[in-house]
Amino acid sequence: MFDNLSYKLEKAFQTLKGQGKITEINVATTAKEIRKALIDADVNYKVAKEVTDEIRNKALGQDVLTSVSPGQLLIKITNDELTRLMGGQAADIRIEGNPAVILIAGLQGSGKTTFSGKLAAYLKKQGRSVLLAACDIYRPAAIDQLKVLGQQVGVDVYAEPDNRDAVKIATAALEYAKKNNHRIVIVDTAGRLAVDEEMMNEISRLKESLKPSETLFVVDSMTGQDAVNTAKAFNERLDFDGVVLTKLDGDTRGGAALSIRRVVDKPIKFVSTGEKMDAIDRFHPDRMASRILGMGDVVTLVEKAQDAFDQEEAKRLNRRIRKNQFDFNDFLSQIEQVKKMGNMKDLLGMIPGLGKAVKDVNIDDDSFKPIEAIIRSMTPKERENPDIINGSRKNRIAKGSGTTVTEVNQLLKQFNEMRKMMKTMNKMGGPRRALSSLNPFGR
Amino acid sequence: MSFLGNLFSREKKEQLDKGLDKSKQSFFSRLGKAIAGKSTVDDEVLDNLEEVLVSSDVGVETTLKIIERIQKRVARDKYLGTAELDRILKEETAALLAENNTSDANGIVIPEGVKPYVIMVVGVNGVGKTTTIGKLAAQFSKMGKSVILGAADTFRAAAVDQLKLWGERVSVPVVSRGMNTDPSAVAYDTVKAAVDQNADIAIIDTAGRLHTKVNLMQELSKIRRVMQKVIPEAPHEVLLVLDGSTGQNAVVQAREFTKATDVTALAITKLDGTAKGGVVIGISDEFKIPVKYIGVGEKVDDLQVFDKMAFVESLFSNR
Repeated sequence: MFDNLSYKLEKAFQTLKGQGKITEINVATTAKEIRKALIDADVNYKVAKEVTDEIRNKALGQDVLTSVSPGQLLIKITNDELTRLMGGQAADIRIEGNPAVILIAGLQGSGKTTFSGKLAAYLKKQGRSVLLAACDIYRPAAIDQLKVLGQQVGVDVYAEPDNRDAVKIATAALEYAKKNNHRIVIVDTAGRLAVDEEMMNEISRLKESLKPSETLFVVDSMTGQDAVNTAKAFNERLDFDGVVLTKLDGDTRGGAALSIRRVVDKPIKFVSTGEKMDAIDRFHPDRMASRILGMGDVVTLVEKAQDAFDQEEAKRLNRRIRKNQFDFNDFLSQIEQVKKMGNMKDLLGMIPGLGKAVKDVNIDDDSFKPIEAIIRSMTPKERENPDIINGSRKNRIAKGSGTTVTEVNQLLKQFNEMRKMMKTMNKMGGPRRALSSLNPFGR
Repeated sequence: MSFLGNLFSREKKEQLDKGLDKSKQSFFSRLGKAIAGKSTVDDEVLDNLEEVLVSSDVGVETTLKIIERIQKRVARDKYLGTAELDRILKEETAALLAENNTSDANGIVIPEGVKPYVIMVVGVNGVGKTTTIGKLAAQFSKMGKSVILGAADTFRAAAVDQLKLWGERVSVPVVSRGMNTDPSAVAYDTVKAAVDQNADIAIIDTAGRLHTKVNLMQELSKIRRVMQKVIPEAPHEVLLVLDGSTGQNAVVQAREFTKATDVTALAITKLDGTAKGGVVIGISDEFKIPVKYIGVGEKVDDLQVFDKMAFVESLFSNR
């Protein structure tokens, strides 16, 4: 998508060559492309329109630096603007009261129960004593699901399978928590539609009687245009404190995040990825912005690598990218790390310059084999300095790796593109800035 | 008359209206103003149209496609009033929805002589697969068919219990090996049991999986292959369940699931909210897969056979 967007923007800006400023005329087409990109990412139609107008106004009159193309500059402006719109200061969840109550609400299938389990694990890890309260009395086996999750993360679950009154169960759970010295109660509730008056009344009653210090609205990050209506309706009834984005481990662009933030003006507090109980993370507006724009996410990649593996290695990689020293050794070590992390395609898409190459490829564990073989057939000198690879060296590498010269060429080309991208990134952001603000030009 | 109006009992409709934004104005009344006294579709009309389609999750590409079709139609036929534009618009939108095998208003039709008819249900997490299966089972048994369910979602906590509860509720046997067992084995057992017990229909529940997880997608292909050991043609139907509130990602879901399992039918759930599920138009058009069911509520009868015109109607109704 980004490749596409960037290409379109470049094209729209071709007339600009030689001019030093972004003007009304040349920004009109590009603004349209950006709006389309936002809508494609499921940003609400009206929000996309407003945001694009704001971006256009910001862009007007901006000096075009010699080192970047106007298209790139506009993407940077867009990216910065999206980050600002979703950001503000980092918002923590409020834990107050004895016990403190965290109320979880959302539509059916948004991932409330799974998230409740994750949040319990997250808080427990901080050394807090948590109780899960099972108040989804409607969906078959929802209580069992929470019980299983509670067991997995080692947190008590309070449930009354035969009680048909969610408010009573929750109130009893609070009593139970007091008696057993649980300082926090996470109340999992049934999924409900915003138009279901009866169910919305129930969640209002829950909020009134429990007086939670934190009410979280859980939303599937794949949600489309309706995210705005739902968030608005829930907010009107619950005045929730924060938003949780779930299922972010897919390839959804997650425009709902921007729409919701914009419409209800409540911070996004957590993102949830995957089904493992530790797959919960704080929200990073800058990453979400790149994601909505369909750009690679080096930061997430680096952090995932950090989490799962060698911190030192990740730092080294980060440094080398910034110093334009990224070579085939780094590439190989990156591949090795990535390989251990499960979903190849997601992770590969995060590597700048590779996104396009992997977009339509079905990647499994074996798909790296030829690349690895090619790199391993290079001499140490070649890996450090790919520019010396000439025709006869290519022949040797192809033979050694059981591939063809074409494949070797392809890899070299991709690698060069990748390096070029990284170079642009560095130039754009300047040496002082963290990688996070540089990634708009990734992929 | 809106689509949902047809589907809901009166009280529910009132609820629905209450929940909806009060300032919503009928699209066509607005459109009517925009085109009053004009003989061509101008930018204002098209902008309006774009907004309506895009806000129903139809997506940029499909929206442009529909608009293009309308422009062509109008250039050829010339329209005079709102009513005609209304008709043309609905026709052109409906034309993108792939045909059901026979006619509209058919769900899954079990052909004579195919016994057991194996239906495998797939989709990402939380779209309502198990609930849809429960409702399907209830409807099939009401039609006098014997149904067996296979609990091949052995992964999500308590998923097997959830299906079993549905089985009890609608009095249909559930084949299970418990949690964390091999889903392919469960699918095999289910089809085998269906053959042995001479059942009419076997429905296999599978774990929700994001289409980006290559290994899990391969697992689906495997479940499929294993069932074919019992019945070479199985599964006769692969039903992809999509959440009606999902946006453009549903297109990618359809693509990936089709690659892994040859999806033959779509079910769109959770359309009783304010979501319109417009993304399905592009999906149906691109992959030529018919939509067979929509889910509009928690009750058994709230799984309804897809009605193309009613669906299109709902896209353009009160908003």
